[in-house]
Amino acid sequence: MTIAPRWLHTLLVAPIFLAGCGNTGEAERARIELTGSSTVAPVAAELAEAFEAKHPEARVTVQAGGSARGIMDARRGLVDLGMASRGLTAAERKELTAFTIARDGIAVIVHEDNAVDALAHDAVRRIFAGRVERWSAVGGADAPITVVNKAEGRGTHEVFLRHFALESPAIEADVVIGDNQQAIKTVAGNPGAVGYVSVGAAAAAAERGVAIRPLSAHGVAPTVERVAAGAFPISRPLNLVAQGPPEGPAARFLDFARSERAHAIIRSHRYAPAGE
Amino acid sequence: MPSSGATATRPRASEIALHGVTRLAAAAAGALLVVVVAFVVWGAVPALRAVGAARFFTDASWHPRSGAYGLAPMLAASALVTLGAMAVAGPLGILSAVFARYYAPRPVAAAFRRVVAMLAGVPSVIYGLWGLVVIVPWIGWLEPPGTSLLAGVVVLSVMVVPTVALIADGSLGAVPRELIRAAAATGMTRWHAVRAVALPSAGQGLATALILGTGRALGETMAVLMVCGNVVQMPAGAFEPVRTLTANMALEMAYAMDTHRAALFVSGLLLVLLVGGMVAIAEAVGGRGADA
Repeated sequence: MTIAPRWLHTLLVAPIFLAGCGNTGEAERARIELTGSSTVAPVAAELAEAFEAKHPEARVTVQAGGSARGIMDARRGLVDLGMASRGLTAAERKELTAFTIARDGIAVIVHEDNAVDALAHDAVRRIFAGRVERWSAVGGADAPITVVNKAEGRGTHEVFLRHFALESPAIEADVVIGDNQQAIKTVAGNPGAVGYVSVGAAAAAAERGVAIRPLSAHGVAPTVERVAAGAFPISRPLNLVAQGPPEGPAARFLDFARSERAHAIIRSHRYAPAGE
Repeated sequence: MPSSGATATRPRASEIALHGVTRLAAAAAGALLVVVVAFVVWGAVPALRAVGAARFFTDASWHPRSGAYGLAPMLAASALVTLGAMAVAGPLGILSAVFARYYAPRPVAAAFRRVVAMLAGVPSVIYGLWGLVVIVPWIGWLEPPGTSLLAGVVVLSVMVVPTVALIADGSLGAVPRELIRAAAATGMTRWHAVRAVALPSAGQGLATALILGTGRALGETMAVLMVCGNVVQMPAGAFEPVRTLTANMALEMAYAMDTHRAALFVSGLLLVLLVGGMVAIAEAVGGRGADA
């Protein structure tokens, strides 16, 4: 997933528009543009492919660049739909409407050799704030804790902070990483590490035999099924956002993204389809 | 008698065409550099205006969302990781080139060159992965978490040795054989001949090897991002996690907007200036005729 600067994008797209102008009326190309969350982007890209197969006249482009960007682009009317891996804030809701296509949970993960089976809400807070520095303090072996945090600006990071009522500068991290896969690799390589990733990504990695273990939250197992049932406490909606209900091709794409056919695609990415 | 133009009274059409093409290629290469630098400067200007150049060095921390833009810890991290890597890779690369040129039996030297050339071509993400699953756990066993300045130095050293060794080997190969033979004829030992004759006459090329190695270390992003831990703090020890300028851009660029984004361009500008400064130093050290 590369992110091209906007001017470059315009430069590349302009000739297509110009070519379209010569095409008088009939069978007009329906273009739909999406930007935003890198968590939603892979699903959206696959949905786009299936949508294009069904509607040959449609062209859907998906650009990843973070939830904040998706929301900003939608607000400025630069794209048809923004992608966001978090709910909208009150201020954002004044201008935008969110359409939830799926839910994703965020699980705290540890190395599989770690003796700790579950961490209480407060234990996670104290660990990430640097007030607990050894596993023995939370029922584990006498070994130092390595806190794996995400870089600022990621949806996962924001949802995690909000759930545990932590401020970003208050976190005492030992390692800062970017995406889910990097977090998983880092924790798998360090028996004392603790991090947090998407439930789907954690489940997929644990199934592949990667040396990590997602922890229960408030006694609820970190599985895609529990997220789908709405039972897993740390979860977030995966949204498409727009200024009010979209029209035309974008509306058709949105309908498709919430159809039965889309559910199968969403499940294959290990997210829980909305409205099940 | 100069060989060029000796046989043809009039330049051939193909000659003129080739001249044109090469001139165009050179112009394009030059223009590309100008365009890239201009793009970085243009991206950095909004932050330099809004925040001011000084605060990038005086702000205590890097929390761009809370208005703190200190780049100094990352500048120090970049410099230390690079210096550490060159302290290991510089001597190692040059000595291994000396071995291949003057000590190794021919088949061994040939095999050595092939392996080194292959190593120089391995994508950096592979080195990063190796660092993450091998080096980091080793260091973590000594002192957790393992992702640290030291891990960055180790991985970068391994990455830079092939670059230095290849170029050093090439420049040692360009030392005229007569010089070495003459040295041998005076009764010098082999090591003495290498030290007193070969290394000084290849000095220009060896300097180039070190400069290119340093450039690679300074600009390396992916591997460093994977093993250094990326915590923004002044490096206080070899086992402390640090974030380099390059890792900072790679981590945050995709998610940054407005001043935050422009501030990342400032870190890019800083890198460009560092590399530019290094090339200038190399020119100054190498003096004129530095076309190794």
